[in-house]
This record gives sequence, structure tokens and C-alpha cells, in this order.
Amino acid sequence: MATPIEELGHDALAKKGWLGAYRWLILRRITQLSILGLFLLGPLAGIWILKGNLSSSLLLDTVPMVEPIVFLQMLAAGAVGITTTTVIGFLIVMVFYALVGGRAYCAWVCPVNIVTDTAHWLRRKLGIRTSAKIPDHARWWMLGFVLVVAAATGSLAWELVNPVSLTHRGIIYGMGAGWAVILGIFAYDLLIARHGWCGHLCPMGALYSAIGSMSAIRMRSDNRAACDDCMECFEVCPEPRILPPALKQGMKQGLPPAVLSSLCTNCGRCADICAKDVFAFGLVLPRERMASPSREGAAKAVDEGTIKQAP
Amino acid sequence: MAAKQVSRRRFLTDMARTACGVSLFALGLGLYARRGNALPPEFIRPPGALDEEKFLAACTRCGICVRDCPYGILKLAELGGENPATGTPYFIARTGPCEMCEDIPCIPNCPTGALDHALTDIEKARMGLAVLIDQEACIAFQGLRCEVCFNVCPVRGKAITLEYQPNKRSGRHAMFIPVVHSEYCTGCGLCEKACILEREAIKVLPIRLAKGELGRHYRLGWKEKAKRGGSLVTPDREHRFNLPEGVEYDYSTGRIYMKDKSGKAGSTADPAKPKGGAASILNRGIQEAK
Ligand code: SF4
Ligand code: SF4
Ligand code: SF4
Ligand code: SF4
Repeated sequence: MATPIEELGHDALAKKGWLGAYRWLILRRITQLSILGLFLLGPLAGIWILKGNLSSSLLLDTVPMVEPIVFLQMLAAGAVGITTTTVIGFLIVMVFYALVGGRAYCAWVCPVNIVTDTAHWLRRKLGIRTSAKIPDHARWWMLGFVLVVAAATGSLAWELVNPVSLTHRGIIYGMGAGWAVILGIFAYDLLIARHGWCGHLCPMGALYSAIGSMSAIRMRSDNRAACDDCMECFEVCPEPRILPPALKQGMKQGLPPAVLSSLCTNCGRCADICAKDVFAFGLVLPRERMASPSREGAAKAVDEGTIKQAP
Repeated sequence: MAAKQVSRRRFLTDMARTACGVSLFALGLGLYARRGNALPPEFIRPPGALDEEKFLAACTRCGICVRDCPYGILKLAELGGENPATGTPYFIARTGPCEMCEDIPCIPNCPTGALDHALTDIEKARMGLAVLIDQEACIAFQGLRCEVCFNVCPVRGKAITLEYQPNKRSGRHAMFIPVVHSEYCTGCGLCEKACILEREAIKVLPIRLAKGELGRHYRLGWKEKAKRGGSLVTPDREHRFNLPEGVEYDYSTGRIYMKDKSGKAGSTADPAKPKGGAASILNRGIQEAK
């Protein structure tokens, strides 16, 4: 039986206590804010652990890191300024997220995630259920066009308005009119489309899903037989359409007990909210991934809506 | 079969809709980028910055240069207003000029080539060019002694020199006019900051605005001649004036001389000491113009 929306999370709270029911959420917020804090420690306290911002940075004045979407835009724009440091910084970030995987950046690092999560929470509290339907492939178009515009203008055009860098850079260096963009995203997610930005449009989310698609660290659902169809995970997951293959539907089709979709942000909300402890982070090795009889078939089934999505 | 067709049609219309939406967005972004990428003249890039066009393709907008500048003059542009491209570093000379650090700490940690790592001598930096743009306001042109810009310039005595000119108002003093030389000026803006006027008379401008350029086909005859060591066309021949016997014309003074009996020029007809005669009459206009 699907849990009524007013009772969302009650079971988990009763069974696991507050800390247990919000474990991953708390850890994520701590991580997001600490990363921001490390960037701010330099200018505010003179302790230089991280210098720069998410677009590119320097760890302890030695290790460079470069945001992949910035690097790709540089390539598209025909940047003359790509140095060894730039390439090394780009590879470090790529390798890291290819390993920890999924869109871990989205759930654990990106500051916009806090904004869109809040919008989603408020949406639920206010009982806003209507939502514009945005096709799921829109983010790939966005990513493509970000690169096309970079090539056409010969500059990192997306960085003029990219909400992620605007927010992060804004907090560290000064926001200007950046607030308007953040407010816009918030209002859009709240009033117009459910999971509208992160779940459908953000080209960085798309890129990170591609980078981490083969990572071994996954949300596993080994205990899926215990699922009682309360549907609470569908309510909190930022990409609810990726859940069915990991749950009973997938079990029937012989799919591995894990959320394998590259769209998963490894946020852990499903594990938090589930009173039956169906979910837990774990490893999915390539052997298990390949062993699945019809992974493509299942993905297609989700796309075509034959596997039911969250109400 | 029919269901398949319907779903394909839905898929195609979905695709088309997204494509339209996203292309509109991309068009908007492209147009905005054109406007947003213009660098207003009062915003100056850090030393070693590539040409604006290349800079916008190379700078990741990380602000590491901002952090590494010990004088804290660099800022990252905020979204909106008349600012340069969002997130890119700049300084404003009048409020915070570049102090021309000898070791240029803003450059080495730049993760890309947006700031040219090959620049190691700050005097080779060309952030802009100082222009004494308002000669009506600059008090040196009123004949007053100021020279503040001359004195603060770190490329002292080279980027700004003082040129003496007669003070026509008083008739007996000199004016000490500051003159900027593009060969040496780094565009640091210290002179602009130091200018004592309410609003500065000397400003650092982007080189594209500050510099003129001679047509490429132009040759300055005397320079070419000096380079070659002689005339480039026909050999020089002394000009022969059609003057009466015993009279000579002097190029440098523009005066006419009578040859004296020994055949030497210039002994008798100096108009400064008029003795009358034909030569002094011919020279009269010259004397009056002086
Ligand atoms: S989808 Fe984009 S905005 Fe959302 S969390 Fe990921 S990177 Fe951030
Ligand atoms: S040369 Fe020195 S003062 Fe000038 S921008 Fe660089 S760090 Fe700052
Ligand atoms: S350090 Fe380089 S890439 Fe970073 S903001 Fe400065 S110029 Fe741009
Ligand atoms: S900007 Fe002014 S102070 Fe700086 S080098 Fe040029 S003339 Fe000198």
C-alpha cells in the first residue's frame, strides 16, 4: 500500500530514529557545507586548503582540479590556454567521479542541490502536485548546446549564467545579480516542474551521469524482497524513474539488485526513508552488471512507461 | 503496430519540442554572450592576460589570481550591470591599481594559460596604456608644477617623461608636461590612481582604444633615408635657386645672404643688425614672423 503523502517518512522515523532516518541527508549537507567552508577558510581565516572555486581550484596549493564542463567548453571554444595543469586537473576530477560515481557530485558537492532539494520539500509541504512535463532527454540537448554555443562564440558562454558556478562563486567571491538566477531555479522547481532543474535540464548533471555511469559504488537493493510497495522512496528520489529496475519489477526480470541507472545521484535518500531497509550503498562489479539478462530491455521498459513510475 | 506508430510519433514530437526549446535557449545564451563578453574600458585584466577574445575561451573564472594578489586589487566580475563577463578577473585603476609585483604572484597558479606564464618581467606587462586624456584639466598644462603621475610611475623616467614647453601665459616660465611612452608603459594604473584631480586627467585605456596606427604603406622619408644612408630614389642634388649674382639662400634659417667680396656667405646681411640694403628688405617678413 502506498503511504499517504502526509505520513511520508513516519515509519522510518519510528523504526530508525531521527539520526537513522536522515543519516545520508545529514552527511551530505555536512559534506556540501564543508567543501564550501574549505573554500571560505582561506579568505576568512587565512587557512589555504582549497583555493579558487568549483570551476577550478587548487588543493593545498599543489593539486589542481578542473570542472569537466569547463574543460569541455574550453575545448569547444578552441582555447589556446590549455596547459598541462589544466589537463591534469580535469583528469583528477574525471577519475575521482568515475570511481565514486553516479552523480555523486550532484548530491554531495553541488550547492544548487540544496536549493532544488528545498524547493522539492516545500512543494510537498504546500501540496503542489502539478508539474510541467519536460522530456528526460532535455538535459542531453542542453549539454550539446552548451558546447555548440561555446564553439560559436569562442568563449565559455555557459559560465556567464551557469547556476552552479554562479552560486558557488557567488558565495565565495560575491554574488551580484546571481541571486536572481538562484531564485529563478527555486521558483521554477517549486511552481513549474517537479525536479525541474536537476532532474531534467542541468547539463552538468548530464555530464556527471555520463562520467560516473560505470562506477562500482551503487545504491544496492539486496533486501528488495522485503519491499512493501509503500512508494516512499519514489517520493524522495530526485530521479524516481530509475527505481523500478532495482525493486520488485527488476526482480521479476532478473535484473541485479541495485540502482544501475547513471542518473542516480548516490544521495541515499531512498535508504534513509525505507523502513524495511531495502537499500544500502555497496559495490556492483562489472561482472554483475553484465550478467543482467536484459538491462537495455528494462531501461526501455522504464522509458516507455510500461514499468510504472511514482504516482 | 498502431501503438508502435503512436509511440514513435510521440517520441518524435517530444524530440522536436525539446530541440526547439533548447535551441531557443542556446540562441538567447549566444546573444547574451556577445553582449556580456564586451570588456568595458575601465575594467583592466591582470598582467599577462591574453587578448580579450582568447582570454574568454581560456579563463575558468576560478579566482586563484584574485587570491594570490597580495594587494587584493583583483576581483571577479559579478553577474549583471555593466560588468565584464561573469566571473572573470579585473581591477579598476582609479580605486586599486596593480602594484607591479616583481614576482607577479597572480600568474603562476593560474590553472590555464589565461594569464601567460611566460611573462616573468612585470615591466613587459601590457595591461593597457596610460593616456593623458584631459589636457584641459591637467594642471601641468596650466603651468603649475604637479608631476605626481611622473613620480609614482614604477617605470620611472621612461613610461612618463616630462617635456618642457614655454609657458605662453606668463611668457617666461616653463611648463612640465607629462608624456606617456607606449614603449614602456605597463598600464598598471598607478598614475591614474595618483592623479590629484577630482576626476583623473590621466587614464589607463585598453590598448585598442589608446593607440593609433600608421597606415602600413606609410614610410617616413627621413627615416628610410637614414636607414639606407642616402636618398632612395635619385641621388641628392643641391637645389639651385634662381637668385641674382652674389646672393645666397640658407635652408636652415630661411634667410637670404649677400656674398661678401671674399665669396663667403653671411657676413653682411644679418637681419638682426639691419644695415639696410636689398637683403634686409628680403628678410623682413621672416623677422616679423619670429
Ligand atoms: S543536476 Fe546540476 S544543479 Fe543539480 S545537483 Fe547536479 S550539478 Fe548541481
Ligand atoms: S602584479 Fe601584483 S599587484 Fe599586480 S595584479 Fe599581480 S599580484 Fe596584484
Ligand atoms: S587564475 Fe587564471 S583561470 Fe583563474 S580567474 Fe584568474 S585568470 Fe582566470
Ligand atoms: S600606467 Fe602610469 S604608472 Fe603605470 S607604467 Fe604606465 S605611465 Fe607608469
